Amino acid sequence: MTADPVQHTPTPIRVRSVGTRLERVDGLEKVTGRAGYAVEHGADDGFDGALVAWLVTSTVARGRVTSVDTAAAAAHDGVVAVLDHTSAPRLADTDDGELAILQDPQVHFRGQVVALVLAETAESAREAASLVEVSYDVEEHEAELTEEAATYRPDSVNPAFDTDSDTGDVDAALAEAAVVVDEEYRTPHEHNNPMEPHATTAVWRSDGDGEVLDLVDSTQAVHGVASTLAPMLGLEQDQVRVRAPYVGGGFGSKGQPHAHVVAAALAARHVSPRPVRLAVTRQQMFALTGYRTATISRMRLGADADGRLTAIEHRVFEQSSKVKEFAEQTAVPTRMLYAAPNRRTSHRLAMLDVAVPSWMRAPGEMPGVFAHEVAMDELAQACGLDPVELRLRNEPDVDPETGNPWNNRRLPECLHRGAERFGWAGRPAEARATLEGDWWVGTGMAAATYPAYRQGGNAARVTALDGGRYAVAIGAVDIGTGARTVLTQIAADALEVGTDAVDLEVGDTRLPSASVAGGSSGTASWGSTIVAAAQAFRERHGDDPGAGAEVLAEAADDPLGTDVAFHSFGAVFAEARVHRRTGEVRVPRLFGVYSVGRVVNPVTAHSQLVGGLVMGLSAALFEESWRDARFGHVVTQDLASYHVAAHADVRDVDAEWLEESDDAFSPMGARGIGEIGIVGTAAAVVNAAHHATGVRVRSLPVTADHFLGGR
Amino acid sequence: MRAAEYVRASSAEEAVGLVAGNPDAAFLGGGTNLVDHLKLGVARPDLLVDVRRLPFGGVEQQDGPDGPVLRIGAGVPNSDLAADPVVRGRLPVLARALLAGASGQIRHQATTGGNLLQRTRCVYFQDVTTPCNKREPGSGCSAAGGYGRYNAILGASETCVATHPSDLAVALAALDAVVVTLGTDGERRVPMADLHRLPEDAPERDTTLAHGELVTAVEVPLTDVARRSTYTKVRDRASYAFALVSVAAALDLDGDTVREVRLAWGGVAHKPWRARRAEEALTGAVLDEAGIEAAVAAELSDAVTDDQTAYKVPMLTGATVQTLLDLAAEETA
Repeated sequence: MTADPVQHTPTPIRVRSVGTRLERVDGLEKVTGRAGYAVEHGADDGFDGALVAWLVTSTVARGRVTSVDTAAAAAHDGVVAVLDHTSAPRLADTDDGELAILQDPQVHFRGQVVALVLAETAESAREAASLVEVSYDVEEHEAELTEEAATYRPDSVNPAFDTDSDTGDVDAALAEAAVVVDEEYRTPHEHNNPMEPHATTAVWRSDGDGEVLDLVDSTQAVHGVASTLAPMLGLEQDQVRVRAPYVGGGFGSKGQPHAHVVAAALAARHVSPRPVRLAVTRQQMFALTGYRTATISRMRLGADADGRLTAIEHRVFEQSSKVKEFAEQTAVPTRMLYAAPNRRTSHRLAMLDVAVPSWMRAPGEMPGVFAHEVAMDELAQACGLDPVELRLRNEPDVDPETGNPWNNRRLPECLHRGAERFGWAGRPAEARATLEGDWWVGTGMAAATYPAYRQGGNAARVTALDGGRYAVAIGAVDIGTGARTVLTQIAADALEVGTDAVDLEVGDTRLPSASVAGGSSGTASWGSTIVAAAQAFRERHGDDPGAGAEVLAEAADDPLGTDVAFHSFGAVFAEARVHRRTGEVRVPRLFGVYSVGRVVNPVTAHSQLVGGLVMGLSAALFEESWRDARFGHVVTQDLASYHVAAHADVRDVDAEWLEESDDAFSPMGARGIGEIGIVGTAAAVVNAAHHATGVRVRSLPVTADHFLGGR
Repeated sequence: MRAAEYVRASSAEEAVGLVAGNPDAAFLGGGTNLVDHLKLGVARPDLLVDVRRLPFGGVEQQDGPDGPVLRIGAGVPNSDLAADPVVRGRLPVLARALLAGASGQIRHQATTGGNLLQRTRCVYFQDVTTPCNKREPGSGCSAAGGYGRYNAILGASETCVATHPSDLAVALAALDAVVVTLGTDGERRVPMADLHRLPEDAPERDTTLAHGELVTAVEVPLTDVARRSTYTKVRDRASYAFALVSVAAALDLDGDTVREVRLAWGGVAHKPWRARRAEEALTGAVLDEAGIEAAVAAELSDAVTDDQTAYKVPMLTGATVQTLLDLAAEETA
């Protein structure tokens, strides 16, 4: 590998492939089943004769393990080892309470890893896991989120925002406001549920180079896994190799390693040099791999008679786990969405004996904008204003929180174009005005926003090959979004060659360092770095390089300056139908218009935006992780009881975008698109259901019972 | 691996003998429910007797003592039964109930007999780390006071508030079907109303069948009233979900007046709930919304609800009104 990376400030590329509908470069492998996912690696990849690891999880929410009787499990056919907190290899660093498993007898939540079984087959491992007898000293636990219990003030909220904000005099403004909305909005616990469960293949080798842990992991960040695990395992980061060639979705839950990766590493160390495969079951995912906390939002909006906001207050009550803090930044988008001279936000947590919450698609924005945008609909109603007009009247000239200029705030154009394309005009002003057959029909809308990030810590390598071809390498991960495809397009345009002249390598810590596929930052961060490397390569080696010419580069403009507010925006429109006798809710139409910078590939981008809309629809109507506080765990812990939208629910769903290029943000002109589709969508559906029925639902999901007077 | 012996039975008698002679044996049909239970640890049989290849495949009209019946082999897949021309033409409630259930893939795999004998989807029944009287008698009921959205409102007991999940069973209850079984004592005919039971103090028993008693066929009377019949399934998700409540109904009108009505409900009890009190209230009366609401209220006078199930009363009322008015409109059309 080249020595130190070149620092190069990327300049806007001349687009040729970018903006066109290049087919997914890995489509054939995927549809023919040749794409190997995390536990589909064998001898060909250095994982010959892998054992299967099965997790044993706690059946109490709090207490101490007093004994683990492994006799029956160990005697079971095919079982090689049973590990518990007394026998598992020791970790060098146990500071992370979620990850430091099998090190002590403490049980912090129901579903925590308390033992694991290693066996020759999955069947043996699973059965033996059920034979492990764990005894506990049970302690009283707390697992119920209430506003009263949410008293803990975190030092910051995810990832590093101020916990509270207070500008002007909210109370005085509310006292003088002509119109006030003062309501509580709730969102439930939600689980990411990517199609591929979290899974890892691991082998721990000792050879001439010392010890090496080699992982194939279903992750959104190979370098993130290595940098987290290495110090815990007493290894240098370059002793941990992580590959993620194909990943079946993550939605944030694979953004950071969870306990099962540590379990796989400990298991591999114990049976070294035999490899180990560990796949988390769907039920175990509900305790072990992150989720979105439930939120309670106390919203107060004050406005003058014309609907101009004078005060916005958003107080959030949510929960985290005692064993590891995660504070969802629910009120953070409220700080920038609309203009109001007086604004106050806060976040308070109930610290409970529950599984550890984490990132789920648009953490913060999803629940926070839901609360804010339903409140805005209520304000429009109170002011007798069209909901679109209300948003237009409250456009801020600059970022209200920082006073920084907007780089490219085009929310009004999204609103206008969305209204026109959806057919918003002519909508009855009154709710409960349209009955078609046995269905009340209504329409609703909401704004969407998501910050634009370019992460630091990226490097890319460009190497000239024979015959005018180029190898382009970066340790990015394609989690199913199409990253391989769009990075190929970006590399080709930056090198000014065809996409078929680019051999893109991703998904391996042996490649240059890359940031997480998260925060809607992947394409912009990795793409800018690839452009920097390609441009530096051309500067150094010209247009006709010899084979082997190589440049490793970083984008010198990372991180971007903080004197400009970079955000994407959107407007979501929904039609809802509510059955007048059964209360059933259906959404026949859902439409979003987005301003996301230049779209690199219309096919994959459309999938991301529509996928976000569908996930927002799913959250609006169905998704709820029901925690039974008596036991402490989520009892709707499979896809038969945790409902996500099925085909019949997804009717006419479409997304469009404004033609634009944000050259100040990235050399491709692109911002991020992974998360904004879920933002505001549930609010649009709830607002449409209100318009249909006159019933205002302030908690998700908006199920049939809300419309039957029985709740 | 937990070893279980697998036997592909060559005759019904052999299958019955094998299962009846072993308390830890189970029949295996389509496996769409039992295989889940094997994975979850809910069922731990040591002998699986595959009845899929037994000659229980046909759907045929027969003359019974009380008129023509449709005899449906217990092994007929749900998808085949829903597509059968006689079922579609003369027993529309049956076809619609089947098509409202599960997914295309599951309907293709699931059998008629197995559908009737599927077990509750109560989340606690399926979670072996929580108490459940149905799974482990005497351990307690976690659903009472827990996740209750799908709980029963009729006929529940202190020991169990689970609901039966089958759509097909609700339709068959409305149609006065008879289940034909083979046991160690030979063939038996069980009216649908007597097949499933209320939990009382033995919720571990879903049905009145003995261990080892095999469903071989279902006989459905081909009555005139069944020609005008339908099924309404209410659920949050538009497909691939169990009923919050469901209504199977058949209606014969004389002008505006009800000559005959059949009404059965799903999602409300440990068994398909034949609403005989409501049927009585409706029969001979003019069919209108107020009358239907009063009839449903009469049937639900014993209903017990809580915060999580209270919605089922208005939902069931609305669904029953909708179903019967739709059938009436069909008749006059």
